[in-house]
Amino acid sequence: MTMKPRFDPVLLLALPAAIYMVIVFAVPVIVLVARGFMGADGFTLSNYVSFLSEPFNWTVIFNTLRVAFWTTLVCLVLGYPTAVALARSKGGVQVAMLIAIILPLSVGVVVKTFAWQIVLRRDGIVAAILVATGVWDEPKLLLFTEHGLVLGAANVFLPFMILPIYSVLKLADPNLQDAAATLGAPPVFRFFNVALPLAMPGIVGGVSIVFSLATSMYVIPSLLIGDRFQTLATLTGRAFLLMRNEALGATTATILLFLAVAIVACSALLSRGKGDSR
Amino acid sequence: MTLTERSANVAVWIIAAATVVFLLTPLVVAVVVSFGSSNLFTLPPPGWSMRWYQRLMNVRGLSSSLIVSVQIAAVATLVAMLIGGMAATALARGRFAGREAIAAFLTSPLMLPGLVLGIAFLQAFRFAGLRDVWMSLALAHVVITIPYIARTLYSALTLFDFSLIDAARTLGCSAPQAVTRVLIPNLAPAFLTSGIFAFLASMDNYAVSIFFTNAWTKTLPIQMLNLVEEQPDPTIAAISSLLIGLVLLLLLLCERMVGLRKIAEM
Repeated sequence: MTMKPRFDPVLLLALPAAIYMVIVFAVPVIVLVARGFMGADGFTLSNYVSFLSEPFNWTVIFNTLRVAFWTTLVCLVLGYPTAVALARSKGGVQVAMLIAIILPLSVGVVVKTFAWQIVLRRDGIVAAILVATGVWDEPKLLLFTEHGLVLGAANVFLPFMILPIYSVLKLADPNLQDAAATLGAPPVFRFFNVALPLAMPGIVGGVSIVFSLATSMYVIPSLLIGDRFQTLATLTGRAFLLMRNEALGATTATILLFLAVAIVACSALLSRGKGDSR
Repeated sequence: MTLTERSANVAVWIIAAATVVFLLTPLVVAVVVSFGSSNLFTLPPPGWSMRWYQRLMNVRGLSSSLIVSVQIAAVATLVAMLIGGMAATALARGRFAGREAIAAFLTSPLMLPGLVLGIAFLQAFRFAGLRDVWMSLALAHVVITIPYIARTLYSALTLFDFSLIDAARTLGCSAPQAVTRVLIPNLAPAFLTSGIFAFLASMDNYAVSIFFTNAWTKTLPIQMLNLVEEQPDPTIAAISSLLIGLVLLLLLLCERMVGLRKIAEM
């Protein structure tokens, strides 16, 4: 059936939001990126060339990616089993687990990071646990170390790993596992060939969200590790708020933006490649 | 069940329990410290007291920043509800190419680093000659809240059966009546949850606000950040505990009206 395309008046309702977002959001972001490539006489890469020729800036980039990697890994290792347990749980246990996941998500990051400053102290809870379990001989300071930063960041971002995996697991047919078992597939084989592929869209989603949040976090590193350790985001903030070096800040901000877009693009490609379950 | 499976099951539940404890740790610590008598954050506290709560009123800038944050969050959420709700209706009802693209565009600020958004706003507002802090914050926070509204309302509206509106019209309702009596009550849970999460996202935002606040007008997260950096004492734990209590109340409201399971699956 072919219908002559005609104007649908309901479309007009989308106009205010679309216009607002183009003027206040899209144009400023495009201008920010474009200005980074604009020199005295037209297109130039000199801002990025000079940024990348500085060895210190490579340290900053590797700091950013390394912390984001470990944060994402911790979130995945803790988040996947938690999502599985959440999908299997029922009734009151499920509501309690959901509150434990959504409440921290809704409480401000400054509140949580402030609390982590207390937890990571030499006389803090984590040091006490590590000494009690014999991992450490004596209490040490975790605050202002990379381990402390990863622990705090993973705590803040864990819900963003659990929820996407949970919503995919909810949709998966539990009978598939039983079918595989009935057909004689051993548990390890079932995990790698049935359970994991089914959860994959959620894992890809959670990993990409957590990784991109972790690359762009600002408050968590500035409170948990301090000025000696710079990431792209803390350098961006410092460039604008302390150093008044807006050219540097705009360059690092654009690199952050490219990282974020690259992560979204990769995860879109991956989930398409795996065949979206929906 | 084989031994492998049983031990895998046990491992899943142990990790899940540990994760729940891990997730709640900072919140519990903040609450315990806020009721402690020590100003050194000693855990467990040597004694209990309410002095940090009594001090709340005297901490300079705390109540004024709270007022700014609530105002900005309320205005931004209302504007975002209005224009985001209209857009979600258009996207769910209209049949036009590029629908998904517009929906993705409206939610895209969520994908971008907050600091990048803040810098883009800062440069654009400066270019436009906008110097008013309050106005800058409000304009920027609408962009922060729209994704929450557009995403939730769009998915709720695509599930809504619009023939119910035609039925109401046939039964004698006027068009506005059909909207207020059929559409709005049906979508109330979606409006409520998207509104709460948009409001909280605005209240919690620091990455954008940090570029617009000055010595006189600050939002709550920025004021708290300054306090944590300059003179950390359990007063910050007290305000944190109040915020945790507020969020817990809002979540229990969501649980009663919608069910947290539906929110988690959204």
